[in-house]
Amino acid sequence: MRHIEFAKVVTTVGSLCISAAYELGDDVLGALKDAAERESNPGATEILEQLLENARIAKKERIPLCQDTGLAVVFAEQGSDVAIKAEGGKTLFDAINEGVASGYERGYLRKSVVGEPLKERKNTGTNTPAIIHHWIVPGGSLKISVMAKGGGCENRSKFRMFKPTADRGEIIEWVVEVVQQAGADACPPFVVGVGIGGDFERCCFLSKLALLRDLREQNRDEYYAELEADMLSAVNSLGVGPQGLGGDTTALAVVVEWGSCHIASLPVAVNIECHSHRHRQAII
Amino acid sequence: MSEAKKIKPPLTESDVQLLKAADRVLINGTIYTARDMAHRRLCMAIESGGELPFRLEGAIIYFVGPTPARDGRVIGSAGPTTSARMDAFSTKLIANGLKAMIGKGYRDQNVREALQKYSAVHLSTIGGAGALLSKHIVAAEVIAYEDLGAEAIRRLEVVDFPAVVAYDCYGNSIYEQESVN
Repeated sequence: MRHIEFAKVVTTVGSLCISAAYELGDDVLGALKDAAERESNPGATEILEQLLENARIAKKERIPLCQDTGLAVVFAEQGSDVAIKAEGGKTLFDAINEGVASGYERGYLRKSVVGEPLKERKNTGTNTPAIIHHWIVPGGSLKISVMAKGGGCENRSKFRMFKPTADRGEIIEWVVEVVQQAGADACPPFVVGVGIGGDFERCCFLSKLALLRDLREQNRDEYYAELEADMLSAVNSLGVGPQGLGGDTTALAVVVEWGSCHIASLPVAVNIECHSHRHRQAII
Repeated sequence: MSEAKKIKPPLTESDVQLLKAADRVLINGTIYTARDMAHRRLCMAIESGGELPFRLEGAIIYFVGPTPARDGRVIGSAGPTTSARMDAFSTKLIANGLKAMIGKGYRDQNVREALQKYSAVHLSTIGGAGALLSKHIVAAEVIAYEDLGAEAIRRLEVVDFPAVVAYDCYGNSIYEQESVN
């Protein structure tokens, strides 16, 4: 059994939070550049170029890309041969939360978490607790992915139970409808995460997990790769465009994850992600 | 593309009447930040006859909750948040003298009608460009509701802060679609 120091997890998570907030990934930058070159609408090109300029300023002058530095959504894939070395009964989850708190403080990031949702909505002041997804994989390493998920786009995400006999056309149509409803409110051009299958909560998880994929990579399954391409072209024919002001680029990408499901069910979830698509990963 | 119109608050009725949907504007001077909870408190203050933390007549409110400022800087990242969440409160503020708001995305029918009735405008600026927009803010000071943290009301001094007129006082909109939420 390999042991990973608690403090190592804390510092790793903190650094991931900070780098996500200040630097877009090469895949997202590339997608924005490609879109700016392809756009037939001059106003849309101008907005895309301003988003690229924003990314340059953020990195160079150490100003977060967006003031909404997000809810920290952390995916921890723990190798079966790995244990976290901690004292006082602390767990991997404690290490992740300590890392998020220290990263958001050290990195001058906005604390956007309320401890309880309805009664008082008091800000915890630390951006914790993080949303943590944890599962065991074979091997001797710990892979941690941190996504800074903004509230504006998350608010426009949707879930729907289809009949198991629904065809792909119906699903594409609904995904397009969800994107149209998100419109200018959720900071297009989007990255559209789609979960298909699973059950009620698994389906929503899949739609978020899909967003971790490098946008330069194709879906591992040919059928779903083609579905993504068809969804993207349908979404981009809406004409919503960057900031909802018209254009060919309503989404930069559609990414799909699927899972097995009940014979009676065909759940579909759409997790809307804004153009400031911020996530980072590390393997310890 | 037409040249941007410079505007400086406090805005008068005639200032607002010169602005048409899709016009570009550059804002100079003092504006105030407020998001969800601050809006609720402002409306509660109006209802109870309490004092407001700033003069609403002619004012511009920016829907923003910035990131903390680094040492030696006035503010952190400061882009717009979704305007629609303020719809339920904005009509009351417009009726009490607010002349312009800055946010991103759509406004509902009630807000659009209030803009016409009281001669006010809604401005849109680039969502997700908080680093770029922060360069136009030269001073920031928390003036109310400090307990709300990022959501506290701040007085900002801005220089050539860029926005477009999303909804004017004549019922016109820059968006092809209306809010469906």
